Amino acid sequence: MKLTTRKFDALIIGAGGAGLRAALQLSNADARVAVVSKVFPTRSHTVAAQGGVNAALANVLPDSWHWHMFDTIKGSDYLGDQDAIEYMCRAAPKVVYELEHFGVPFSRLDNGGIYQRAFGGQSQNFGKEQAARTCAAADRTGHAILHSLYQQNLRARTHFFDEYFAIDLIKDEAGYVLGVVAFEILSGEPIVIEAKTTLIATGGAGQIFRTNTNALSNTGDGMAMALRAGVPLEDMEFVQFHPTGIAGRGMLITEGVRGEGGFLINGEGERFMERYAPQAKDLASRDVVSRAIAIEIREGRGCGKNKDHVLLDMRHLGTDTIMKKLPGIREMSMTFLGVDPIEKPIAVFPTCHYSMGGIPTNRDGQVVVPVKDTPEDPVPGLYAAGEAACVSVHGANRLGGNSLLDILVFGRAAANHILDFLKENRYHRPLPQASVDQALERLSRWERKGDGEAVEPLRRELRKVMEDHCGVFRTAEVMQEGVDKLRVLRERIENAVIRDHTQTFNTARIEAMELENLMDCAMATMCSALGREESRGAHSRVDFPERDDERWLKHSLYSLLDDSMDYKPVRTQPVTVESFPPKKRVY
Amino acid sequence: MEFSIYRFNPDTDSAPYMQSFTLPDDQVEPGMMLLDALLLLKEQDDSLGFRRSCQHGVCGSDGMNVNGTNGLACIMPLANLKAPVVLRPFPGMPVIRDLIVDMDNFYRQYREAEPWLINDSPEPEVERLQSPEDRDRLDGLYECILCGCCSASCPSYWWNPDRFLGPAALLQAARFIEDSRDQATEHRLERLDDAYRLYRCHGIMNCTQVCPKGLNPSKAIGDIRRTMIKRSV
Repeated sequence: MKLTTRKFDALIIGAGGAGLRAALQLSNADARVAVVSKVFPTRSHTVAAQGGVNAALANVLPDSWHWHMFDTIKGSDYLGDQDAIEYMCRAAPKVVYELEHFGVPFSRLDNGGIYQRAFGGQSQNFGKEQAARTCAAADRTGHAILHSLYQQNLRARTHFFDEYFAIDLIKDEAGYVLGVVAFEILSGEPIVIEAKTTLIATGGAGQIFRTNTNALSNTGDGMAMALRAGVPLEDMEFVQFHPTGIAGRGMLITEGVRGEGGFLINGEGERFMERYAPQAKDLASRDVVSRAIAIEIREGRGCGKNKDHVLLDMRHLGTDTIMKKLPGIREMSMTFLGVDPIEKPIAVFPTCHYSMGGIPTNRDGQVVVPVKDTPEDPVPGLYAAGEAACVSVHGANRLGGNSLLDILVFGRAAANHILDFLKENRYHRPLPQASVDQALERLSRWERKGDGEAVEPLRRELRKVMEDHCGVFRTAEVMQEGVDKLRVLRERIENAVIRDHTQTFNTARIEAMELENLMDCAMATMCSALGREESRGAHSRVDFPERDDERWLKHSLYSLLDDSMDYKPVRTQPVTVESFPPKKRVY
Repeated sequence: MEFSIYRFNPDTDSAPYMQSFTLPDDQVEPGMMLLDALLLLKEQDDSLGFRRSCQHGVCGSDGMNVNGTNGLACIMPLANLKAPVVLRPFPGMPVIRDLIVDMDNFYRQYREAEPWLINDSPEPEVERLQSPEDRDRLDGLYECILCGCCSASCPSYWWNPDRFLGPAALLQAARFIEDSRDQATEHRLERLDDAYRLYRCHGIMNCTQVCPKGLNPSKAIGDIRRTMIKRSV
């Protein structure tokens, strides 16, 4: 069979904020860039981000990038790499101003400046008064950013492969990554996209949990591709549960609601966050608020007839603020709960939201792996950015408003490094046929007919295993059982079949291949969680309730081969300022 | 609950047909959306094709024709739908397979509207200022999710999809004409001043009626026309 082959300088897999920001930087520098996405770009999940993007613009209250850095490190429960965090917080104002110039319709202050709201975990003066650092376009900031970035890429004539599904990376003997084997969803035709550099920007893997805020397409495709190419995943045990998903359904209700002054109440009508975080209250870090809600419910102080959720009250904000600053939330609440938040509080529950972990990179977006004595050796030609990556700026717990920042800063940084790489690597390397064949094998595997389990029930079981065995509170015993169950599921997935074997827009095949990716990400998450014998940030071990800096101030690395764990040190040395040593975390 | 769903797979079918599906009562839950039902029906037959992603009406993937009206499956409560629920692909767009349509022309018309901010003055090192009142003029314009419900319900777009931009693209045009930071208003109006591109809109208002985000392309088109008239006198 003759394979279609296309050649580019730079390939980007994923067309969310990280991919599109990188693509724009590359197109503007006249590199030949291709963006491959399994959905039309504006359908990427960045579109669902609500509250905003953090940058110390000081438009509303005094602020500095250094305070932002402190908050991010504290929020990360000291697991974040301080050089990357410094870099991100310093770059934040610049990337936000750039967005404004790209046309993002930010909400405005009376003086015409960008509107900023308070968000969780933000402070002035290294832990003192609440800050207002989150730049917002009402409660549709992700939509505003994604659409503007796509529009700018249209202007820059970036080449898009819309609705192409990436199967696996192409890697040669010397370890260079040389592009990807994909297929066109419309025709089912495989295609080789050769590139001198490949950036993975495929987002998170929230679909490994039953109740989540994520799109159905967030199946960790890039993370799984990296695993299969021999790259370990970093810190996958750190899964953020967002405190306010719509109870029973999972849709996200932005932290911006609490940023604007909304608060949580339990079944006794008490503002219980005052007990857990006397100073920051409802604007404590997400891990803290999610755990508090889980405890309230566990101790019988939930709301509703099953006492299985708490309420988010914003009635006191008034019609004006809700209509102007939180219109999307109101719309969603009315659609999914039949409740107008102007009149009644909303039922919420902690919901799987974000993967802090991912493909290990340095602050230039280069994918780095341990080689002999070096914990961080770059994989030539391979980059990652956004939720798929782990720089790590979020450590054990991400602050709200830092994910949109992460995708912009590191999408841009990766593109800049790619431009340097291209100067020194002017020619395409020979294509290793064996690697291509291996990827094609993954595609043809689903042509298998005959008896076998169907995909959807297996997916449902996988998600249930993760929820039951790797949720907000974790113990060794329950997780070990989870690992065993996942191993059995993995074998069953190997024998699964689909019934649709046609070529045109075969969604059954896509879902099957997504399930394989979910499986790899789930195993990475469960094994990493079982390995870490301490409680830090979003990772709460009932059997190891304290943070243990002596043994565990280090990053986990999970390899697919043998499901094995390895570790590497946290980069505690910032670029220019003094290190923030670990302290007890109080809000 | 009964469904009647448009099926067509070019690999195996010579002509499209309607297929009946039944969602057992014990699978119907209160608060369920049409998309939830479709995902369950897909378990009965994994060859059933439709696009979907975010599940809460922001990505714009799952636009389709439901009981004769275009909408997003993920935010249509099942309880509001009359059974048998008749599902068809968007009218006026080429069918790829089942409920999946070819949206290339829709995207091409979007690009024709040059939907990007044009401002050639030197870039300040901070944000360009915009008063809250000027920003308010973008409300109702920038929130479009490109689902296509509007253009696929517009008779003028059905007849002249190659020459009439359609409500979605014109809404984008309005979004940039109204943006106080954009300096290309004159250029934009000139490009639109054409018997087809803008003026094929006959004010039928299907677009406004079906928009799942509650936007009003019809008004936006009217506003562009008014600006156009002001400019010519």
